[in-house]
Amino acid sequence: MKTPDLPMSVVLEQKRGLLLGPKGWSAVLAAVLVIAVLVPVLNLVVPDGHALHLSDYAVTLTGKIICYAICALAMDLIWGYTGILSLGHGLFFALGGYGMGMYLMRQIGTDGNYKSELPDFMVFLNWQALPWHWALSDLFIAQALLIVLVPGALAFVFGWFAFRSRIKGVYFSIITTAMTFAAMLLFFRNETGFGGNNGFTDFKRILGVPIATGQMRVLLFVISGLVLVAFYLMARAIVNSKYGRVLQAIRDAETRVMFTGYSPLAYKLSIWTLSAVMCAVAGALYVPQVGIINPSEMSPAASIEIAIWTAVGGRATLIGPIVGAFFVNGAKSWFTVAFPEFWLYFLGALFIAVTLFLPNGIIGLLRRPGGIAGLFRRATEKRT
Amino acid sequence: MNFRVAPLLLAWLLCLFVPAHALTPEEAGKIAAGDSDERITALNAAVTAGDPALVPFVRALLDDEVKTAGGKAYIVKDGKAVEAATGAAATLPADAEDVVNNNRMRRELDAAVAALGLVSTDRAARAKAIADLKDQADEGKLPLIEKAEKAETDAVLKAQLALLRAAVLISSDDAAKRIAAAKALSGSSEPATRSLLLERLNAESDPAVKAAIQAALDSVQSQLAWGEKLGVLFTGASLGSILLLVALGLAITYGLMGVINMAHGELMMIGAYATYVVQNLFKAHLPGAFDWYIVVAIPVAFFTSALVGAVLERSVIRWLYGRPLETLLATWGISLVLMQAVRTMFGAQNVGVENPSWMSGGVQVLPNLVLPYNRIAILVFAALVLIGMALLISRTRLGLFVRGVTQNRRMASCVGVNTARVDMYAFSLGAGIAGLAGCALSQVGNVGPDLGQGYIVDSFMVVVLGGVGQLAGTVYAALGLGILNKLLEGWAGAVLAKIMVLVFIVVFIQKRPQGLFAVKGRSAEA
Repeated sequence: MKTPDLPMSVVLEQKRGLLLGPKGWSAVLAAVLVIAVLVPVLNLVVPDGHALHLSDYAVTLTGKIICYAICALAMDLIWGYTGILSLGHGLFFALGGYGMGMYLMRQIGTDGNYKSELPDFMVFLNWQALPWHWALSDLFIAQALLIVLVPGALAFVFGWFAFRSRIKGVYFSIITTAMTFAAMLLFFRNETGFGGNNGFTDFKRILGVPIATGQMRVLLFVISGLVLVAFYLMARAIVNSKYGRVLQAIRDAETRVMFTGYSPLAYKLSIWTLSAVMCAVAGALYVPQVGIINPSEMSPAASIEIAIWTAVGGRATLIGPIVGAFFVNGAKSWFTVAFPEFWLYFLGALFIAVTLFLPNGIIGLLRRPGGIAGLFRRATEKRT
Repeated sequence: MNFRVAPLLLAWLLCLFVPAHALTPEEAGKIAAGDSDERITALNAAVTAGDPALVPFVRALLDDEVKTAGGKAYIVKDGKAVEAATGAAATLPADAEDVVNNNRMRRELDAAVAALGLVSTDRAARAKAIADLKDQADEGKLPLIEKAEKAETDAVLKAQLALLRAAVLISSDDAAKRIAAAKALSGSSEPATRSLLLERLNAESDPAVKAAIQAALDSVQSQLAWGEKLGVLFTGASLGSILLLVALGLAITYGLMGVINMAHGELMMIGAYATYVVQNLFKAHLPGAFDWYIVVAIPVAFFTSALVGAVLERSVIRWLYGRPLETLLATWGISLVLMQAVRTMFGAQNVGVENPSWMSGGVQVLPNLVLPYNRIAILVFAALVLIGMALLISRTRLGLFVRGVTQNRRMASCVGVNTARVDMYAFSLGAGIAGLAGCALSQVGNVGPDLGQGYIVDSFMVVVLGGVGQLAGTVYAALGLGILNKLLEGWAGAVLAKIMVLVFIVVFIQKRPQGLFAVKGRSAEA
């Protein structure tokens, strides 16, 4: 089958068979090796004080950023490839986190401050029994299913109504903000049964194994890393498929897609739900590593930050959001220690600079003809 | 002569001419000495007689200036003793004892002073006595209240006395009296009557009386309901006026220009801080004119925010026209920078902005409805800003250009409108109105770096609900959301009400994606 010449400036690459080229697969393999072998060895086997030792702090920080990178990847699928800017992804992330948090709260058992079967905050509120939505919180498998199903169902229902009445662009961004804001208010209430503004913390063990040990830390890190790699490959498969092409066509000219006989509803709804579920999984991996979940994860600001990771790294490239998440959060953990006063200035300037000067993000900069050097070359050429 | 004794003497002289029951030395003695119960009985008997001479005696009792000896009471002041009942000078017997009043006795004495006020000749004193007695009347005061009611000539006070009598009677031992009292109370529109009736309803065991109380309660409820409904309407309109002020600026930048300005809240914050600075300058240099600092603060807030807005438009936003999602992110970045800048300059804590003195207090419309002056001021202010903006957009040359540019930028440019400059002016205008909103908010809430964050979601909801490109939509949406929010708040609590409103908006947008007032067009992309 011959691909017709596309009348657009960007010729879509069509790859069949292997998802990635030999270089790509080698990079994936290298990433898996680093995550699953190198980091555990450097952290657990190499003794403390050795030059090559990887500190516990570094492992937790990287594990945390990997979870953020999953969010950024999910955001890229919906924003970078489908053109729908969601400012409510923090809600799905937090719901996944709360799902895991409920299980971890039950795992505390009677080791809490009040030595009760119930989580401490329920004892504090003088509740006698678990509320109905905690019914399955003791079963890991059931709770793991809920982590995927609840955010997925919420995203499906919300998306169904929004996309069916063809809400798009800024309107969609604003109502997703409203959605996560409303959820934040709901979770701040003690009566909702999720610990109010303190959320969940003080976890003791997971699947009966103590959570605060070095091995568990590395294990969670390895799982997060492998999930990120798996999601990356899945996203790669999606954007290279015919389905992915339609998504990109919706992004570029939705009306034209409709006039050629496609109904965008199913496409938008499915990618939106998938993106939400990816965020929820990220949240579920995030909570045991960081050890706390509270409603501030649902604030509109948290959701907008996910968008900026994606934008900084480069929209509509799959590696970009991962780079962006590492760049922004790496900068954040450095700034908040070195210059806490200036972090918000930097983040704000980053938002402005990326939108004004780097519409394709860091990856776009690197992929220019001749890379960064080419940028300078072209700048000097222009001047002469 | 002691000044305290003068009225006593006067009263005694009056007693000679007025054939009323006068306080006898024996009665005075009984009130001053003995068992608490007996003393209260004697006190109530004397109060019922309504002798004005009792007032100084009771006051002296309250001031611990009374001594007793041999069944007689003496008022001792500055070492001189007078006989309590007659006011005649007397020598204090050697075995005189101090009168000690326990708390119960003191309460009774206070009530007695109030009850005696009922028979005062001064209308203001009688009104005060009725108000004082509301909380401490019991059956002992009943005869006096009835007597006062009969003697009362002022219709308003007479009605109040009737209610007071009913309030006492409702805890009477006689069921018939209780029923009559409940009927009498049903005419009241005081919140206190409702709590009294509720309390009695719970304590009552007789079904007939219970039914009468319930009927009275329903009647009082329905009268109170008016005040409550009006109160909800007013707080709703007040919230709506704040939302309107916040959303008016957005109606220009987003509604007319299509720029999503996430830094709108921070422009409001700048307006509020400008008000704070003006207030401090007045405090330091013109303390005499402090009440009018707000007059200076309004234009200062407007121009400060407008200036910041103009700088933003020139430096960032004009590069992003037609790219709303990028604008959203860039302006979010701006909001972070502005917030941090204010933190660096003024500190992270909230700062105090005082109301001018004419804005504190309120006007009492109904017994259970007080309208605070600062809320009224904001309502009026929002209306003025709205009118001013509507005139500016519809009547001035700048308004004409703004409408022209927003309707058809290229055509406007072709006929010679400097579109870049119009954009800047329009954006500055929106920013300036945000500054005005900040100035207004500083009068009712906290001023801190996070001030704008709390309103940004709400204000976008107003604009989205009202529809883009229309001022009328913004007005209806702001007032509607304000009142809806307060109505739901009374029913479900503040947080749930807010959630319900957000859900309502999301559902509403499903039905009418273009908002309440959509601009009709033929574009397939609309």
